[in-house]
Amino acid sequence: MAEAVVIDERGALPARPARSFGWAWLGLLPFFAFSIAFMFLPTSYLVIGSLLKDGQPSLQNYADLNTGIIPSAFMTSIEISLVTAIAGGILGFLLAYAIILGGLPHWLRTGVMTFSGVASNFAGVPLALAFVFTLGQLGVVTVLLQGLGFNIYEGNFRLTGKFGLELVYLYFQIPLMVLIIAPAIDGLKKDWREAAENMGATPAVYWRRVALPILTPSILGTMVLLFGNAFGAQATAYQLTGGTLNIITLVISSQIRGDVLHNPGLGFAAAMGMVAIMAVSIGLYTVFQRRAERWLRS
Amino acid sequence: MTQGRSSAPFGPLGVMRNWLRSAPSTAPRQRRSGASHVVSWVILILAILYFFVPLLATFLHSIKPRPNDIPDPTLAYRQVLADEGFFIGLGYSFLAGIITIIISLLIIVPTAYWVRLKVPRLRPVVEFVTLMPFVVPPVVFVFGLIRTYGGPPFGLLSTNAGSDFVLVAAYVILSFPYMYRAVDTGLAAIDVRTLTEASQSLGASWTRILLRVIFPNLRTAILSGAFLTLAIVVGEYTIATYLARNQAFGPYLSLLGRSAPYTPAVVTLISFALTWIAMGMIALLGRGGRQGVQVAGAR
Repeated sequence: MAEAVVIDERGALPARPARSFGWAWLGLLPFFAFSIAFMFLPTSYLVIGSLLKDGQPSLQNYADLNTGIIPSAFMTSIEISLVTAIAGGILGFLLAYAIILGGLPHWLRTGVMTFSGVASNFAGVPLALAFVFTLGQLGVVTVLLQGLGFNIYEGNFRLTGKFGLELVYLYFQIPLMVLIIAPAIDGLKKDWREAAENMGATPAVYWRRVALPILTPSILGTMVLLFGNAFGAQATAYQLTGGTLNIITLVISSQIRGDVLHNPGLGFAAAMGMVAIMAVSIGLYTVFQRRAERWLRS
Repeated sequence: MTQGRSSAPFGPLGVMRNWLRSAPSTAPRQRRSGASHVVSWVILILAILYFFVPLLATFLHSIKPRPNDIPDPTLAYRQVLADEGFFIGLGYSFLAGIITIIISLLIIVPTAYWVRLKVPRLRPVVEFVTLMPFVVPPVVFVFGLIRTYGGPPFGLLSTNAGSDFVLVAAYVILSFPYMYRAVDTGLAAIDVRTLTEASQSLGASWTRILLRVIFPNLRTAILSGAFLTLAIVVGEYTIATYLARNQAFGPYLSLLGRSAPYTPAVVTLISFALTWIAMGMIALLGRGGRQGVQVAGAR
């Protein structure tokens, strides 16, 4: 706010009064031109393509989203994203709690935060490979456990299946939760706890009635972000499953390589379906973020 | 006007920035009960297991080769160093990253500067546009790029140069959210208006102001945005693959992972080390621009 006031007091540069808004936006032309050419034009192509059926405007492609492998691909993607968002959210919260309020040495906290920065960026092909070397059919841990008489592949476990993918996604979901929620936990004021204790609240009551309600928007917001993070992931899933798992990013990948849906318009509609879900999650995240700031701002 | 609201943290980057800007908490830790302390240690140890075992396993796998039953722990490493594709992949992706950074800076620095100085009311619009890569996942993004620029009238993807160009353009778009955040944070720390007026009164042109006054003052911010961009671009797989840039580092590692037994473990470790170096550099560059959260790109 202070900044805005300064600008208002001093006015714009003498040569160009603040009202000359009409031409000033031209300075942003390179940015907008580039974004239009390489972001909005390609997206519009998909939008228009999804609204055409045999050259005619039609919503048929969207109706056809309910056919073939597409509904189950969306459902599996949503399920994996939900599971890893909730599990990653809870585990990440516990880890953040442990390093901030758990009475651990301070250097551990710095270490976990730095590692989280790295791990949240360590995704895609190398992450999938690291898990193949660990828990794949011939992975180091798989073989080690076999030596101890325990075969993890005896049951239903497959690293290339849904559960395997969820296990791998947690490797970037948990750190992302830690990175975002740790500052929020750190923002809980000592005064609030003292005030609660003065009124006779036990730590459990303080957490249930004060701390958690304050943190809830941050926690939910971050979980929504984690959802989108997993929902849009393609490289990790492709490398891990070889494209065999029926999730929506892999359906679109096959649609790019060759028209596997035998209907280009349907491919565009599926892509737009992804964009719609991502837009909702980013929008929700923004709403939660605004709520979260109310308490944690000052 | 909208200054107050729109400079509020937007997205994980904003949160990170705000947190780093505020002083570290000096509040004395509450007295902990023994039980809570133990639970914290248990959580931490489980986390360390989950996060380090895959790295350790990858390392153990990389030293496993036994040609003719004789252990040779460095064989896979020597093979990687003798592999032309490895250096071509790294070189290609680094070059793509550096060109991406240069184009991104040339667009974002003047834009962020202009938004602060002249058109603050367009800030929400600019922020929204930079956030588009979060809404359009890479696989959808590349889908649109291929269909738009692959066919007539552009036909850019039929040549190598054209595909390289589209790849870098896509990476520039992916870098926008991080670059804009970093540069805008940097601009917040300097008095843009006074610097501009002082330069103008000395007769400097706009180009000169940007190149000689604004850019040098944003060094730290620019470098942290650049390292994050580099970390995204060097590991990127989806866009590079579908634009048939198979020599890039991500597609190279992917193919290696399907065709060779031990060398992929070595390259995976190198890839992890590169991420670690990039994040380490960002941390070293200090508070103002330290932003390690990424939710678009190489997933």
